[in-house]
Amino acid sequence: MKRGASWFNVAAVALGLAFLYLPIAILVIYSFNASRLVTVWGGWSMRWYAELLSDGAILEAAGVTLRVAALSASAATVLGTLAAIALTRAGRFRGRTLFTGMVYAPLVMPEVITGLSLLLLFVAINLDRGFWTVTIAHTTLTMCFVAVVVQSRLLTFDCSLEEAAMDLGCPPGRTFLAVTLPLIWPAVAAGWMLAFTLSLDDLVVASFTTGPGATTLPMRIYSQVRLGVKPEINAVCTIMIATVAVALVIFSLLSKSSRRVG
Amino acid sequence: MAQAARKRAGRAGGLLVLVPYAWLVLFFLVPFLIVLKISLSASAIAQPPYTPVFDPAGGLAGLKDFLGALSPDNYADLVTDRLYVASYLRSLAIAALSTLMLLLLAYPVAYGMARAPRRWQGLLLVVVILPFWTSFLIRVYAWVNILQHDGLLNQVLLALRIVDAPVTWLATDTAIYIGIVYSYFPFMVLPLYAALEKMDESLLEAAADLGCPRWRTFWLITLPLSRPGIVAGVLLCFIPIVGEFVVPDLLGGSSTQMIGQTLWTQFFANRDWPAASSVAVVLLVLLVVPIVIYQHRQARELEVSR
Repeated sequence: MKRGASWFNVAAVALGLAFLYLPIAILVIYSFNASRLVTVWGGWSMRWYAELLSDGAILEAAGVTLRVAALSASAATVLGTLAAIALTRAGRFRGRTLFTGMVYAPLVMPEVITGLSLLLLFVAINLDRGFWTVTIAHTTLTMCFVAVVVQSRLLTFDCSLEEAAMDLGCPPGRTFLAVTLPLIWPAVAAGWMLAFTLSLDDLVVASFTTGPGATTLPMRIYSQVRLGVKPEINAVCTIMIATVAVALVIFSLLSKSSRRVG
Repeated sequence: MAQAARKRAGRAGGLLVLVPYAWLVLFFLVPFLIVLKISLSASAIAQPPYTPVFDPAGGLAGLKDFLGALSPDNYADLVTDRLYVASYLRSLAIAALSTLMLLLLAYPVAYGMARAPRRWQGLLLVVVILPFWTSFLIRVYAWVNILQHDGLLNQVLLALRIVDAPVTWLATDTAIYIGIVYSYFPFMVLPLYAALEKMDESLLEAAADLGCPRWRTFWLITLPLSRPGIVAGVLLCFIPIVGEFVVPDLLGGSSTQMIGQTLWTQFFANRDWPAASSVAVVLLVLLVVPIVIYQHRQARELEVSR
């Protein structure tokens, strides 16, 4: 469909976007509010950002969160890419239906169920809960998102390139590294980014699977928010939004330049 | 030689499947079986806080004792305790109504995007997806800022003299609906847009040429053709909303809980792991039909595009 956008169409899109962005914009603006009362505007100020720097608990939680996100996103990218290849290239194999189900189900599964079930597993196998259990939980959750992203890319590109390489005697492993991977890498990178931000974001699964000493940033924010709105939390949220925005810009620039080369 | 190489590729493919397969079985399937087992246990003041605990050293007799000690008492509680039943019904009702609201609100936006000039569509798509990348928790929290008693919404309403006294927004069902519609909006827009964007415009022109009024064209052509998008969007929103925890916890009141909150309270506040497990099992049973439809659709889409 194209053209012929009526005033109604334009208004619908404009209102939809305003609905999506206004609350975030208000949050960001209020993080620069000098007043301690969150509802009274006291002029522009960076004071809440300065206070964050001396808040040890928040900084520590941010460190934990970033490490969990980086590790779990990397593991999820490897596993998710393998799963995507299996779904698109391996044809029929034993237990394919179960495998397909296990890849898609976590995408819509309520987080409370995923969190609870993983925790009970960790208790059953007597694994100490903490940094590593959160990382494993996030890997499991996010690998399915990576699989879907990579799979959609694998479906759109020409299999004959891989076949040509193999007909010329290139072993499968090298075919993957020399032909397939360079072609799908934007999707793999996008999958990593998605896994990373999902892990940064997760409150429910992390709350279930964590242990002493591994409080993540969303858990810290959540416990503060329950006590009411605080300007410091507005500042933390603004930093998180800015981090994701910068990462997205870098990523889109990278994928643009790779397309130009390719 | 090429054939041999391809055969080898097939075998290597088999090994490739094994790694993610084993991971998902261990960390997705097995945990569910454990939840099922613990839902049949009794709560206990111990570490771990439930009995019986299976001890492999007990041998066959131990296994027999273990199986004998399992009981469906927790499920009986779920049915007889009004709190649970109310919680399930409330979750289903909120999910159904908010999914309908999402559909009605997101459809015009997706339609507008699909009718926009081609060169704008890519940008519009990015702009709609972007909030999805910022934290869910932050997006819900942003509404606490707006909806609280002396928040921006009340300030604006008072300034415009629409209301005389501040309205209570926070801790009401209205706030839950606003929060859910806001958080899941991109999940509804994207599948709708994907379906509408593929539509052949000449069908609309043909209908117009034959004198079909615009609303009838919409009803007879656009709506049926966008059905796959509607189904996908509804499933993608409805299933997770039923188990939603963050939105009702931060924006809703404390009098009635959604089932995600009930599970959370049973687990964290009451430390009743068996009760929490049985809540999870029943929730999963309620959702199993939509989840299977969703998986089936995803798998079929994959088959079609191959």
